Amino acid sequence: MQFRSTIISNQEVSPGYFRMRLTAPPELSGASPGQFIMVRVRDAIDPLLRRPFGIFDVGTIESEFPGLGSATYFEILYKVVGKGTEALSDYHHGDHVDVIAPLGAGFDLGDPAEEKILVGGGVGIAPLYYLARSLVQRSRVRFFLGGRTRDDILCVTEFERLGVETYVATDDGTLGDRGLVTDVMERHIREDGRPKTLYACGPMPMLKAVADIARRTATPCQVSLEAYMACGMGACLGCVVKGKDHSEEAPDYRCVCKDGPVFSFDQLKWV
Amino acid sequence: MSKPDLSVNIAGIALRNPVMTASGTFGYGEEFSEYVDLEAIGAIITKGLSIRPKAGNPTPRIQETTGGMLNAIGLQNVGIDAFIEQKVPFLRTVSTPVIVNFFGNTVEEYAELAERLDRIPEVAGLEINISCPNVKHGGIVFGTDPKAAYSVVKAVREATIKPVIVKLSPNVTDIVEMAWACADAEADALSLINTLTGMAIDLKKRRPVLANVTGGLSGPAVKPVALRMVWQVARAVKVPVIGIGGIMSGTDALEFMLAGASAVQVGTANFLDPAAAQRIATEMEKYLEENGIADVKELIGALEV
Repeated sequence: MQFRSTIISNQEVSPGYFRMRLTAPPELSGASPGQFIMVRVRDAIDPLLRRPFGIFDVGTIESEFPGLGSATYFEILYKVVGKGTEALSDYHHGDHVDVIAPLGAGFDLGDPAEEKILVGGGVGIAPLYYLARSLVQRSRVRFFLGGRTRDDILCVTEFERLGVETYVATDDGTLGDRGLVTDVMERHIREDGRPKTLYACGPMPMLKAVADIARRTATPCQVSLEAYMACGMGACLGCVVKGKDHSEEAPDYRCVCKDGPVFSFDQLKWV
Repeated sequence: MSKPDLSVNIAGIALRNPVMTASGTFGYGEEFSEYVDLEAIGAIITKGLSIRPKAGNPTPRIQETTGGMLNAIGLQNVGIDAFIEQKVPFLRTVSTPVIVNFFGNTVEEYAELAERLDRIPEVAGLEINISCPNVKHGGIVFGTDPKAAYSVVKAVREATIKPVIVKLSPNVTDIVEMAWACADAEADALSLINTLTGMAIDLKKRRPVLANVTGGLSGPAVKPVALRMVWQVARAVKVPVIGIGGIMSGTDALEFMLAGASAVQVGTANFLDPAAAQRIATEMEKYLEENGIADVKELIGALEV
């Protein structure tokens, strides 16, 4: 659906990273973890295109005025990287943006008996919070969070508050273990032989490493991809990735916006 | 005053209003049906079709630029068999005319496709893509050489009794010469402009942004160029002209009609506003109402120079 949304709050949670809460129609409560939104940051031609964001959380708040009932909201987590996010970061409580949501295919929550391992890199943790909140009610959840430095490690407390065991790794060792979060994750999951499912979102090198671990350990794995896109509804074909059977003769391109953003790792071509 | 008349007729295709959706920006219609009333737009022009499915270019394929965007999709499409099997059934449920954009690598391929599309009752008309600038050995030869354009249009003309629209490339020295060649080959209408070849560079990487190096520029940034070319072509040929290029509002669309366009296509605007075509038609109607114009056709070519 397409709706005009009011910004409730827009807070810088770490240098260059913002968490924004916005109003939504009640139907958005039905969004699945892993689905995303497209925001038109300004009613102007610059920036021209909408910007995609993973849904960080969806919820309802009771009105501060008695008798007015509750209102639905959602949250996004974003890093200021260009014109669009720069403009977003200037918004305050009461400002409006045009939103299309929810879009795409979300995560499969899987078998509750199996442990869930979440791996996130930088701002890629955004869709994993809403996922963790849905999973933790039914399964054991461990969350591995990586970044270049401590400022890239976001919302650890929020995950811990859900009852998720959280592990942190940074490239420079300024927070948590020093090194790659995927190495830390692999060490932990190899410790016991119990069945697990992996869920990952973050930069492509991290996702490749996770997919590689999934293949080597024969662990089911779902990845959420980020892509540059113009429309979010399968028309522009700008966001495609290669599916597992792709070849020039028999093209197997998948739209990140429509077929994803969440894919089972074995549905994609990783080389 | 009664409601103004927005209807136009392009080469025998009756449109309830002059606003069509440009090929490649509206999928096969179905993708947008949740956000826009498909019955409120003039015509749907589907994604460029080829005989066999086409993979398209590697990524990155698109890049936003100031007031526009570059694309080098590379004509990725499902091919005509999948189109008939998977896309036509939905289009059958819509009363809005469906125009199929298509392309080939040879004159024979164009003719073969035209022949097959001719047999699909749901197809109201054909739009020949002779101007996609992205694919090596793609349409570019036909789109920049008047003789080659003539032979393709002629072959398509002979293969179908359905209305034939030719979509012109702006990447030529003299677009009027191309228009003449297509009109001589008995095209029923001309649509212009396709995208302008452009480029974006990543300073940090010292590399082109697009994997294809160059891409087609579209969006508000190209509108002045498009207006100029529509004006030049419309006064030079007798066949109807369909204006395309950065149309974002009813005002933009009406400017194209003043320049001589009998209808318009909305492209890039669909990406940021999936209901753009419907909104633009409404804005046009509002303008006519407010200015006491009974019929949108009064504005076609009404530019005073």
